[in-house]
Amino acid sequence: MNRREHAVTGASTTRERLLQVAEKRLPSLTRLRQAETLPIRLHRHRIYVLPTRYGLAFALMLFVMLMAALNYGNNPALLLTSLLGAALLTSVFRAVRNLDQVELLSVQVAPVHAGEAMNFTLNFTAPERAHYGLCLSGTFGEMPFDLLPQQENRISVELATERRGWLAPGRLQISTDYPFGLFRPWSYLNPQLRFLVYPKLETNAPGFPLATRAEGQRAMRGADDEFANLRDYRHADAQRLIAWKASARHDRLLVRELERRQGIELLFDWAQLPELSYETRISRLAAWVNNAAAAGMRYELVLPQQHLAPDSGEAHRHACLQALALMPGAQQ
Amino acid sequence: MSAVIAKLNVRQFSLLSAAVFAAILPHLSRLPWSLTLLLPVLLFARWWQRRWRPTPVSALLKLPLALLIVALTLMQYGNVFGREPGSALACGMLVLKLVESETARDARAAVLFAAFVLMSALLFAQSLFYTAFLMLVLILLLAVLRQLQAQPANTSVAWRPQLMHYLRDAGLSLLAGAPLALCAFLLIPRFTSPLWGAPNDGDSARTGLSDRMSPGDISNLLNDDSPAFRVGFNGEAPAPAKRYWRGPVLWNFDGRAWTRPEWADTAAQVTITASGAVIDYDVTQEPSSQRWMLALDVPIDVPADATRFTDLTVSGRHRDTTNPHRYHLRSVMDYVLQPELSTTERRHALQLPRGFNPRSVALAQQLRAAHPDDDVALVREVLQRFRSDYTYTQAPPELGRESVDEFLFDTRAGFCEHYSSAFTFLMRAAGIPARVVTGYQGGYFSNVGRYLLVRQSDAHAWSEVWLPQRGWVRIDPTAEVSPSRIELGATATRGGDGESWYHPEWIASLRNQFDLANRWWNEAVVQFNALRQAGLLQPFGIEHADYGQLAWLLSGCISVILAGMTLWTLRRSRGAGDALDRSYALLCRKLARAGVKRGTSEGPRDFCARAAASLPESAAAIRALAQRYVNLRYAHALCVSAELHLFDRAVRTLRVSKRKP
Repeated sequence: MNRREHAVTGASTTRERLLQVAEKRLPSLTRLRQAETLPIRLHRHRIYVLPTRYGLAFALMLFVMLMAALNYGNNPALLLTSLLGAALLTSVFRAVRNLDQVELLSVQVAPVHAGEAMNFTLNFTAPERAHYGLCLSGTFGEMPFDLLPQQENRISVELATERRGWLAPGRLQISTDYPFGLFRPWSYLNPQLRFLVYPKLETNAPGFPLATRAEGQRAMRGADDEFANLRDYRHADAQRLIAWKASARHDRLLVRELERRQGIELLFDWAQLPELSYETRISRLAAWVNNAAAAGMRYELVLPQQHLAPDSGEAHRHACLQALALMPGAQQ
Repeated sequence: MSAVIAKLNVRQFSLLSAAVFAAILPHLSRLPWSLTLLLPVLLFARWWQRRWRPTPVSALLKLPLALLIVALTLMQYGNVFGREPGSALACGMLVLKLVESETARDARAAVLFAAFVLMSALLFAQSLFYTAFLMLVLILLLAVLRQLQAQPANTSVAWRPQLMHYLRDAGLSLLAGAPLALCAFLLIPRFTSPLWGAPNDGDSARTGLSDRMSPGDISNLLNDDSPAFRVGFNGEAPAPAKRYWRGPVLWNFDGRAWTRPEWADTAAQVTITASGAVIDYDVTQEPSSQRWMLALDVPIDVPADATRFTDLTVSGRHRDTTNPHRYHLRSVMDYVLQPELSTTERRHALQLPRGFNPRSVALAQQLRAAHPDDDVALVREVLQRFRSDYTYTQAPPELGRESVDEFLFDTRAGFCEHYSSAFTFLMRAAGIPARVVTGYQGGYFSNVGRYLLVRQSDAHAWSEVWLPQRGWVRIDPTAEVSPSRIELGATATRGGDGESWYHPEWIASLRNQFDLANRWWNEAVVQFNALRQAGLLQPFGIEHADYGQLAWLLSGCISVILAGMTLWTLRRSRGAGDALDRSYALLCRKLARAGVKRGTSEGPRDFCARAAASLPESAAAIRALAQRYVNLRYAHALCVSAELHLFDRAVRTLRVSKRKP
């Protein structure tokens, strides 16, 4: 994390601000590390442990029991107290061991558009033994899970997205209250990962222009094309498609909408939409790209500094959306 | 944390209810009956309600319940402080906590409180099995805590294996804590005097021997198989027939009962001329509401905090109703006791109530006339009568006002109490000073534990008569009637009374084994006090360890144990990849011994090809192993442990002969 991001996200509470200072000044103490590459395996140098409030309360109760047993010279009671105390104290080792050797192998996401929830799948492994009562917490809240040995354990969490561009999951805290909730060991996972959030889709985006390029024109189907319906003329529709007769009848310009568009090559040009604001333009282009891809058409995307040649298919769609997502002003 | 606010699910609540029930269970028999009824019903009702209609209980119900419990406690005890009212109130509050438990946080508080309730149960009883039961409840409490962790939302594990897993986990935790607990138990400095008032109410303790004997009294003890005391001898234990444990001596007879008068409680010099060996032994007496201490007949040395009265009755300073009492004594078995009898004592030893048992008095006078000067012959004749005409039974017929007459002439059946009473009466009526001695006779000697166990059922009564020059002589008339009672112990004589069917041999032997554990528990745990703790370091040359030394040792031991456990926690785990490396390293060592050393930069393929070339005899095996290693190392994303194991076995079984020069 860098300073700019702190400035962007804004440290809301005093605690967070203090943590940030601590992170900057005492990295070895807080061990809030720089981002690391996957896989990340937890080990003793990066697991911290403190008693919980309940642990402290139990310590107090054990002290009371100890005093009562000693006062009455009651040895069985003292034995019971020591046994309970020892079992609870040594649970700290089991707690730490429960976090030790947990490994984050990989993270998978499905691409989403800004405003949608990003579904993160974290793939943990436990090389030797099962780990119970783990809890992953981050900006998404808390996610309890168990790990079983020698198999892939997929943990899914949902992360809210707001802006197009790169999204890093940030620092994840993994902690456990195993076995008795008296101690809470924790560690931080800061995988060096970022995922692209595609631009927000314009809601109710108008249908895309059926403009074609002269030089890229293929053999268009002639008048035998089946007309699905007619719709209002839009700026940048090809003149060729205007249904003149129908327009005359309805006293406004209508264009033929073709049912079979496979053959048509669309052009989505940044410059076509001068009247819209910057982000809205991106949103509309993204919506168009999605709609065209859904209809299985070929399309071309022209951006101020980039030009994606006409093509169809998923790869092309992703390339176009990525280009749009990374237009200047994206979240870095 | 959201995990804390999480509502308890059905399983968690059920286990919590079970744990709370187990925690109050040891208290139930002691609580006022109203609470004994109310608490389990309340607990079960709450479980039922939470199970089928999971809604929080309204404060309108909780508050009156709390008031009711306080009121019931106050009605029974008058206050809420002290051991009994306090624990009753604690049980009530624990059940109330369950009534209001909804979240994991509540459950944790309940477990915390249940631990305290559990410990307070030990203020009342401390036997081995009682404590063992409480330890099992501890496992249940830990299992509840273990179950309270945040659980993945969509787990559908069956209830039973899950519960077993939690219980196992909790049990293992206790085991893991055992060394630390043992260390703390031994070394936590004990208080030599309590900080606040120790419990001293004697209602719950056993009666033991009393200073009163009338037909029927000892009979209650005879059916009580609980231990009375245990004896460890420094040397050989005396023969069974000689194990007479002297309790209170009874002087006064009012026609019905033998009692111990107050004047007898005077300590004075007693002349004992001992001729045999001195027996050295330690007695550990179970808690009793009586102050009498039991001594082998006759005691010559008593502890400093005890008193030996003129009639050799030994009494402790104060009675202890909760803790066993341990003391050291010395006795002799061949002795002449009090060859001179003072006139007062003589008068007391001849006292008889007027107007009772005329037939017996007549018999005594008739015997006296037959043996005008020979006391010994008179005693023999009475014993002879007992031997020929009387029977031993533990269920004797009822006796009326003239108890001795009816016994001697009509019923002719009874046990030690009847015989000693009748015998002493006859002696006194015949002019021979006599007294009744109560105590125990016999005991079971455990060869494994090297100690003698005396049960309440070994209670006995016999007589002492005073003969000129010979002093007080023990006469056990019961021995004449039922010699097996003396030779084998009280349990051997039970046969005729039709109750033997539930006392077969093996149960008796099991009970004796069982007592071994109890004795060990009493010796090692219950009676471990400041004094014995101070002597703990004697093997290391410290005669009397003070608090400072104990504290140092305690912190030292705890540090060592915790350091050991830390090492265990942080030990480098042997992952799957490492196992493969180890097997490969073994292969390299084997080949190096055969004369082919791996170069630092040599990969497995090149190295093994070179080795195969120079070791033609095992070339095929080496090539195969190399291929397997490469596959395992580089072909799979995750090694399969079965294949790893096979590879390891193959490497281990590989035999490579030395390269020929």
